[in-house]
Amino acid sequence: MKELSDKLLGGRQGAVGLAILALLLFVVFPLCLDLFRLGLLGKYVTYAFVAVSLVLLWGNGGILSLGQGMFFGLGGYCMAMFLKLEASDPVSTKIQTTPGIPDFMDWNQLTELPWFWLPFKSLPLTLVLVLVVPTLLAFIIGYAMFKRRVGGVYFAIITQAIALILSILIIGQQGYTGGVNGITDLKTMLGWDIRTDSAKYILYFVNAGLLIGCMLLARYILTSKFGMLLLAMRDKEERVRFSGYDVSNFKIFIFCVAAMMSGIGGAMFTLQVGFMSPSFVGIVPSIEMVIFAAVGGRMSLIGAVYGTLLVNFGRTMFSETFPELWLFLMGGLFIAVVMFFPDGLAGIYDKYARKFNIAGVTSKYVAKFSKKAAKMIGEKYE
Amino acid sequence: MFGYTMDEVGNIMVMQGFSGLSLFSVLLLMALGLAIIFGQMGVINMAHGEFMMVGAYTAVFMSKLAVKYEMVNSYFVFAIIAAFILAFLIGYLVEYLLIRHLYKRPLDTLLATWGLSLVMQQTFRSSFGAKEVSAELPEWLLGSFKPTADIDIPINGVFVMVLALVVTLGVYFFMFRSRGGLRVRATVQNRVMASAVGINTQKVDRLTFALGCGIAGVSGAAFTTISSTGPTTGSLYIVDSFMVVVFGGAASLMGTIASAFGIAQAQSILQFFMTSSMGKVATLMTIVIILMMRPEGLFASKVRR
Repeated sequence: MKELSDKLLGGRQGAVGLAILALLLFVVFPLCLDLFRLGLLGKYVTYAFVAVSLVLLWGNGGILSLGQGMFFGLGGYCMAMFLKLEASDPVSTKIQTTPGIPDFMDWNQLTELPWFWLPFKSLPLTLVLVLVVPTLLAFIIGYAMFKRRVGGVYFAIITQAIALILSILIIGQQGYTGGVNGITDLKTMLGWDIRTDSAKYILYFVNAGLLIGCMLLARYILTSKFGMLLLAMRDKEERVRFSGYDVSNFKIFIFCVAAMMSGIGGAMFTLQVGFMSPSFVGIVPSIEMVIFAAVGGRMSLIGAVYGTLLVNFGRTMFSETFPELWLFLMGGLFIAVVMFFPDGLAGIYDKYARKFNIAGVTSKYVAKFSKKAAKMIGEKYE
Repeated sequence: MFGYTMDEVGNIMVMQGFSGLSLFSVLLLMALGLAIIFGQMGVINMAHGEFMMVGAYTAVFMSKLAVKYEMVNSYFVFAIIAAFILAFLIGYLVEYLLIRHLYKRPLDTLLATWGLSLVMQQTFRSSFGAKEVSAELPEWLLGSFKPTADIDIPINGVFVMVLALVVTLGVYFFMFRSRGGLRVRATVQNRVMASAVGINTQKVDRLTFALGCGIAGVSGAAFTTISSTGPTTGSLYIVDSFMVVVFGGAASLMGTIASAFGIAQAQSILQFFMTSSMGKVATLMTIVIILMMRPEGLFASKVRR
């Protein structure tokens, strides 16, 4: 039992870091932010799934995928298709030529639901597909590439091209996918209105919980023997291969896990934000998510989450006040992180904070504060 | 055949073939610079599209000057030279400040140059505005040939093609027939030995990178003759040109030419028979699948690994 908890949390240091993050996500932010800001935060948290997946894949596995956006998008589209079908029941779409199909299909003269939309009539099947579709695509790509020992730069360029293909495909096939507008006007999930305030709170907490879950899973993978192999593969692939391991299978596996996590993030994005569009699938979002992970620290699961939240809050703040400056700042940030802080925020933290035993001191305060916060929450919701 | 008569099919073939050829010229011009930077040095320059835009904006700026001083008919040659010089200088600076620190981390150059591309895009937007601008074209670039009544070949397309040919020949002579090219190839093949025989490899790296950027600038200037220029135009072509380079086999000049030709022809013919987006999807899919089966590209250089 002790062993398992150590593996999940990553020792005392990891446990404290995770506890602080959980405290921020579950207590501090919901108390301090109004619902609008909390909604934004929830959106950023969904990006953090991708950042965490990139820590596994890129930081520890040395595989840079520039196509994580497409897995995020596929997860999101799966969820959006289910919600869209529910929103376009025959009663509320009776003004269309063909009632009962999504509005954009009607505008594009489709008279029948395409076959690949049919599974999304059922929620359990949709939830399975949210996990399976990104994983399956990752498996196909991974199998084709890693078995032929395509890696490094080539893998990055090819995944980027595939992300481009997928986004062109989604934009081009307007009748089947909603085109450039994406799938919008999502209202209910099994009759539960996802746009009300209480639903937004619930979805936020589910989202944060899933993120912590994914982080535990990632930590478990990294502290297991497989995690060691992953690191070894990153640093000396040939040596691992000559020791008798099948490197390509490990790579395929970690690529699939990363795709699945991104897919979960995408599905939660759709639920919280209420739409999904091809602008989350293509090249730009995919590469931005790599930057989130890089800013936070490509080796640190917790750092990647903070990196995602900080970069996105920075973007929101700057694009509200100085939209001109934002791209300069973002570009400068990329360059600075890559050149001067390759380990990101987590690297800076490790370098300076550990000296003063910040983790030890904060854990004391965290314990004190969480008692207080629990009391406050109790009062707020009574 | 698809409801056209044989005659019409023939004309369509000629015209689509020609539009394929002008796409080929643009892709080739873009990919040549990239083939030097990526193929020879292994640096992924995501800001390559933006270097192209440096050239394009230079040409637009020169054309504004030319209108003022009434030199519209002759300025274009100077514009191309200026575009090359400016992009070359910026490339030289970027290599010195940024790229040379990252040679051992190829994936990180990708991120850093992506950051650079964002900065450059915003610079274009702040200084030239977010709207697309276009150059005043000299009269001899406008209009079109009409060999028969149904065939219509625009002159600016021919011009870009000629320019692509000239630049390709220039790159060929530089890489394979000059001392400079010899030094570049020596450095790529064996850096330690090259530096042992007295080649200043750092300087070679810097000049190679700058040369690749300069060629991107020329392609940008050529680009203004067929399309207008916006801050993000360059980023639209970056994946295409990477595909050309990778598909052709990273270190091979012939491969780059062949793959630019193949991709451009496939794309323009498919785009006629399918929708434009599906044509592009089909082309890219084919390339990706071929690359999965043959990761080293069409014309791989024969090296032992």
